[in-house]
Amino acid sequence: MTDLLEAPAPAPIPAPVPAHEEEHHGPTGILKWMTSTDHKVIGLSYTVTSVIMLVIGGIFAEIIRVQLSTPNGSLVSLAQYNELFTMHGSVMIYLFAGPFAFGALANIVVPLQIGAPDMAFPRLNAMSYWLYLFGSITMLSGFFTAGGAANFGWVAYAPLSNSINTPGAGADLWIGGLLLTGFSAIFTGVNLCATVFYLRAPGMTMFRMPIFTWNLMVTAILILLAFPVLTAGLVMLYCDRHFGTHIFSVAGGGVPVLWQHIFWFWGHPEVYILALPFFGMVTEIIAVFSRKPVFGYKGMVFATLSIAALSLGVWAHHMFTTGVVLLPFFSIMSLLIAVPTGIKMFNWIGTMWRGEIWFSTAMLMAIGFLITFLVGGLTGIYLASPPLDFFTHDTYFVVAHFHSIVMALVLGGMAGLYYWGPKITGYLLNETIGKIQFWFLFIGTQVFTIPLYILGLEGMPRRVAMYAHDPQWKLLNDVSTLGAILIGVSTVLFVVNIVVSWKKYPAGDNPWDAHTLEWFTTSPPPHHNFYRLPQIRSERPTWDYNHPGHQAAPHGHHPAPDAVPADEVPVP
Amino acid sequence: MKVEAKILLGLGLFFGLMFAVYWRWSIEDAGGVMMFAGMLLCLLPGSYYYWWSRRMKARPEDNPYATQTQGAGVVGAFPGSSIWPFTMAFGAFFVVLALVFGVWFLVPGLFLMVWAMFGGTAEGRRGGKV
Ligand code: HEM
Ligand SMILES: [Cu+2]
Repeated sequence: MTDLLEAPAPAPIPAPVPAHEEEHHGPTGILKWMTSTDHKVIGLSYTVTSVIMLVIGGIFAEIIRVQLSTPNGSLVSLAQYNELFTMHGSVMIYLFAGPFAFGALANIVVPLQIGAPDMAFPRLNAMSYWLYLFGSITMLSGFFTAGGAANFGWVAYAPLSNSINTPGAGADLWIGGLLLTGFSAIFTGVNLCATVFYLRAPGMTMFRMPIFTWNLMVTAILILLAFPVLTAGLVMLYCDRHFGTHIFSVAGGGVPVLWQHIFWFWGHPEVYILALPFFGMVTEIIAVFSRKPVFGYKGMVFATLSIAALSLGVWAHHMFTTGVVLLPFFSIMSLLIAVPTGIKMFNWIGTMWRGEIWFSTAMLMAIGFLITFLVGGLTGIYLASPPLDFFTHDTYFVVAHFHSIVMALVLGGMAGLYYWGPKITGYLLNETIGKIQFWFLFIGTQVFTIPLYILGLEGMPRRVAMYAHDPQWKLLNDVSTLGAILIGVSTVLFVVNIVVSWKKYPAGDNPWDAHTLEWFTTSPPPHHNFYRLPQIRSERPTWDYNHPGHQAAPHGHHPAPDAVPADEVPVP
Repeated sequence: MKVEAKILLGLGLFFGLMFAVYWRWSIEDAGGVMMFAGMLLCLLPGSYYYWWSRRMKARPEDNPYATQTQGAGVVGAFPGSSIWPFTMAFGAFFVVLALVFGVWFLVPGLFLMVWAMFGGTAEGRRGGKV
């Protein structure tokens, strides 16, 4: 039945279980999963699917690295190599990082953090997941067609992506898969915005929302700004390939560089669509495990907003070498983004400063994120300067830059899984295995990326399967391959950890003495999330409730003028 | 509601500024058009929210001193479970396959999508079956 939901009761009154609670004599088994509109079930489906995509993309990556461990690698053919790096990038960006960022943990955590019973549009939410799953199947099925999967790079530049240079079903399946996942993302964006705007609990003002929720709201706005552009571009590309239009072909009076403009007008905001949710995750984790409120809460929010604002005006820093873009404009805008990003770094360190740091696996992963992201961000500043970019564009330096970034995201994602996993499953993961996993992942990442920076500066081009004329690059490539193997081992350790800790360590409601509302309810939360809610008087309502002696301290500064200890709430 | 409105308006104004600078300075139109569209996408809902925020009284979630009891009552209607999202997406899957393997895939695709459209709407009216 559709539930007309009553609001949860105030915390201290042990509320009777709402009458409609377990009245869902709905379907069971696989049909239950297929028909579920519960944001936690959908979020878990997203989590499992996107982690599987991480593993698939990772397997492609390991094959690529083994191929490059000798100058004349013969593990795969040249054509297969093209398919592999294309699908590695596509799976990782479109099918893992994006859906993991705004589909998986966002779905589970955002409604819980603002005290909402579900997402604003539960059925639309379910549809987002199914579109994502079918889109992923569509894109990957290219491997089973006669011509193989798409092989024009994850950016599908014109004219390489037209029907003469890349005929075959694989490329069309790539376009089709992206159409589906694109709509999935847009619907998720709509849903997140509506949820944050309309379903907050009483007292949860905008400036009391946890930073994770803030970042996801801004991410959602960016999704709505960016993804429709990509979808439109894909439709144009399809028309060029099949209906004889010439939007991107010179022969018919079109402009190939237009594709790059469209692609990167989505592509750079996408970079922040991926990054902002992970920024949010580590903000929460660092604050909780430093036993302090977030340092500079408002600065954090404004940094997020200004990153979003600037990110729409930097796209052509990916196109410096085309020679037809406004270099100063894009260079200045790109460098400006470093300012709010720096503010965030400062605030993360400020949060840890003099904190009582608890080095749990989640915290280690979050610190690993900070360090790795710093490396990627700093090399991004090099690339944003056109004279340096002319020198390094299309070399392994760029590959190294964005792998520092995306491996930081993997570290942040792991932090999120260790931190919020217990909330949704009810069980903790093994901390010892987790810490071993962290060291493999963190050291592996650096061993993998640092040689690539050097190779890039030595001039090794990206997207080549062999480097027979420069055998001196073998050593650094081998080191990088070793790093990739360490990363692979860390992923195996994660799976081992899940198996070993299966239902072993019950988590309880609030294993971390955390700050935000999701830790106020049970683990896993009941259907529709909350039986009761505490009074919300700061951005740390759960912590305030559990530490009644302390006065509620909004943004870590002054006690709120009306700080009422939660258990003195007047009985209605 | 005011904060939400101001965020959208602020982003929209910034995009407008960026558009103006870029349009004057650049020799290329696509980026300008996209930034202009981005500006509209923020200003339209933003000004609507702003207009409303001045007419409605503050909601409990906008009031820093609200108690949980102020939020008592019906929050909204939430479906228990539904098969139509799956049906709709499955239909969209076939429609996309039609782009690659031939138009006949449109037959099951559009059939499923239209069915899901009616089914989902009816379910919304009736208040859900499953
Ligand atoms: C301070 C922030 C950043 C700056 C200034 C920056 C700058 C750049 C520049 C200028 C390039 C183009 C280099 C070239 O192609 O020659 C680039 C490439 C790239 N960046 Fe960043 N970046 C930043 C952060 C990020 C983040 C947060 C991500 C991902 C979450 C990211 C992912 C990428 C990717 C995927 C590419 C490669 C695109 C391709 O295949 O050509 N970057 N970055
Ligand atoms: Cu960029």
